Amino acid sequence: MESVKRHMDLVCPAGSLPALKAAVDHGADAVYLGFRNATNARNFPGLNFDVDEIQQGMAYARDHRVRVMLALNTFPQPGHWPEWTRAVDEAADLGVDAVIMADPGLMRYAARQHPELRLHLSVQGSATNRHSIAFYHDEFRIKQVVLPRVLSLSQVRQVIDSSPVDVEVFGFGSLCIMVEGRCILSSYVTGESPNTCGVCSPAQAVRWEETPRGRQSRLNGVLIDRYRHNEAAGYPTLCKGRFRVGGEVFYAMEEPTSLNTLDILPELMKLGVAAIKVEGRQRSPAYVAQVTQVMRAALDACYQDPDNYQLQAEWVASLDKVSEGQSHTLGALHRPWQ
Amino acid sequence: MKLSLGPIQYYWPVETVQAFYKQARDWPVDIVYLGEVVCSKRRELRLLDWLEIADKLEAAGKEVVLSTLALMEAESELITLQKICENGDFKVEANDMAAVHLINSRPFVAGPHLNLYNASSLELIRENGAVRWVMPLELSARTLGELQAGRPEGLETEVFAYGHMPLSFSARCFTARAHNVPKDQCELRCIDYPDGMPLQTQEDQELFTINGIQLQSGLPSNLLGEIESLRQLQVDVLRLSPQAEGMQQIVAAFDGALKGEQNDAMTALMAADTKWCNGYWHGEAGMLNVNAVLK
Repeated sequence: MESVKRHMDLVCPAGSLPALKAAVDHGADAVYLGFRNATNARNFPGLNFDVDEIQQGMAYARDHRVRVMLALNTFPQPGHWPEWTRAVDEAADLGVDAVIMADPGLMRYAARQHPELRLHLSVQGSATNRHSIAFYHDEFRIKQVVLPRVLSLSQVRQVIDSSPVDVEVFGFGSLCIMVEGRCILSSYVTGESPNTCGVCSPAQAVRWEETPRGRQSRLNGVLIDRYRHNEAAGYPTLCKGRFRVGGEVFYAMEEPTSLNTLDILPELMKLGVAAIKVEGRQRSPAYVAQVTQVMRAALDACYQDPDNYQLQAEWVASLDKVSEGQSHTLGALHRPWQ
Repeated sequence: MKLSLGPIQYYWPVETVQAFYKQARDWPVDIVYLGEVVCSKRRELRLLDWLEIADKLEAAGKEVVLSTLALMEAESELITLQKICENGDFKVEANDMAAVHLINSRPFVAGPHLNLYNASSLELIRENGAVRWVMPLELSARTLGELQAGRPEGLETEVFAYGHMPLSFSARCFTARAHNVPKDQCELRCIDYPDGMPLQTQEDQELFTINGIQLQSGLPSNLLGEIESLRQLQVDVLRLSPQAEGMQQIVAAFDGALKGEQNDAMTALMAADTKWCNGYWHGEAGMLNVNAVLK
């Protein structure tokens, strides 16, 4: 492969102040976080930040020359609209480096009220092609887009070649196999979805049962999976359950696994990817530290000598340990076809 | 209120599609949405075939709208989208902002997958030329009421009133997966499932319906018992989603309800032993069937 050097930002998750510090200490170029409410798509109990904590986090990050982005990536409904516009105003007042948004109405508000605020289109904005990106660019002057995890490598290339804005892709973490922002499986079963409430398969709807047939997980009463003894049990996300189709019981949508792009970092760099995102604001500071450290080492190795980049066994082992289902995949990125 | 036939979500042979719309010319529906909305590999009908059907429906007095894909990744899909947007005769239903961009301020319908959840989003698409919007499936009557109060002038409201609800889209094909074949060798197996493949829990609960790269609700949404509240909320159009069996009766049931009649089709659709859901409309989990009382 011809060598093309381009710095790719490592963008890491911060679900708490300790996680933010772990990301900063282990080599993140930027961290992303959210307010402790439904204005962001990881509205889980015990996670996220109030304004004071964001200020503390920003001070720590700035001391280490790390940028802070705020995710405001849910879809506000009329009754709660002021809570979301207040969050946009607060983000502007705080002076965060970028706001990551999905709702077209809220982006319209942000672009009009705070023209200086840098806007990124969240993965929840479902932009998978150049015309869609052009729409958000023309309407709201977005500067960066996070691509849904449904594109193949050649499709990522096509998008980058024709995109008026920088492109960010997911590099590691839990794998959403549906187009983000266009999946309401969770609200069909529980009444709450990422779009409306910032949650997928919400914790309060989860029940674990020990039965003679094994351990069972339920979501709002619906049986998601049944585990044999000694079988590792995963969080009962709807798309990762075992269901019956045509008489067979199997992972009808996706086996529990993580996205891992270590293998193809030089290709991503050559395509001109501007930023690599690590998923997992719901994960522990230890997870953030470990993933950030490995991704930093890999990105540095890739940048220094892309032609001789080699996957290190300890990177893979280290990331597989924190992976969902203890295995990994390139997801849609490896698809040779449409 | 007007009735519409939504786009066919499944993959039917061309003869089946033509026969379906030939019948539909005589049904009491006002608007017909045509075109492939799920997977670009489904090519039983080309754009010219759809336009031919469109002309005949228009001649029969129907308003015709050309619907478009919700997930577009490949350049070939964007080229087809551009052709549809520039057809010159019929309005387009946009299901991705790419379509809104290409429609370029001509009158269009904002489909259910554009994620329009608030008044500011409605103003945005109205400014871009939308003359009708389809409410996101997961919103409730109460939220719709708040949206209707601030609805921009010149924007009609359409609600998905009957059928298996499109809940998600993926780069993967779940029909191919169920046959243990890769997506690029899918052999268009979805053509064998004119109403999709049922997906059940290990306790035999109807959970989802597999339709290629799309997952739908396991139960059809049914708002036949909500006609009064739909009317009070000044909804303009009720969308009925085509299915292979019994579509004429579904149309007859809604037509009867709008006319204030009581007919056999209505009784059948509301019968206690038929399974359907209306949870979203009542602000609950979508899969639930809540007694038809507006909270």
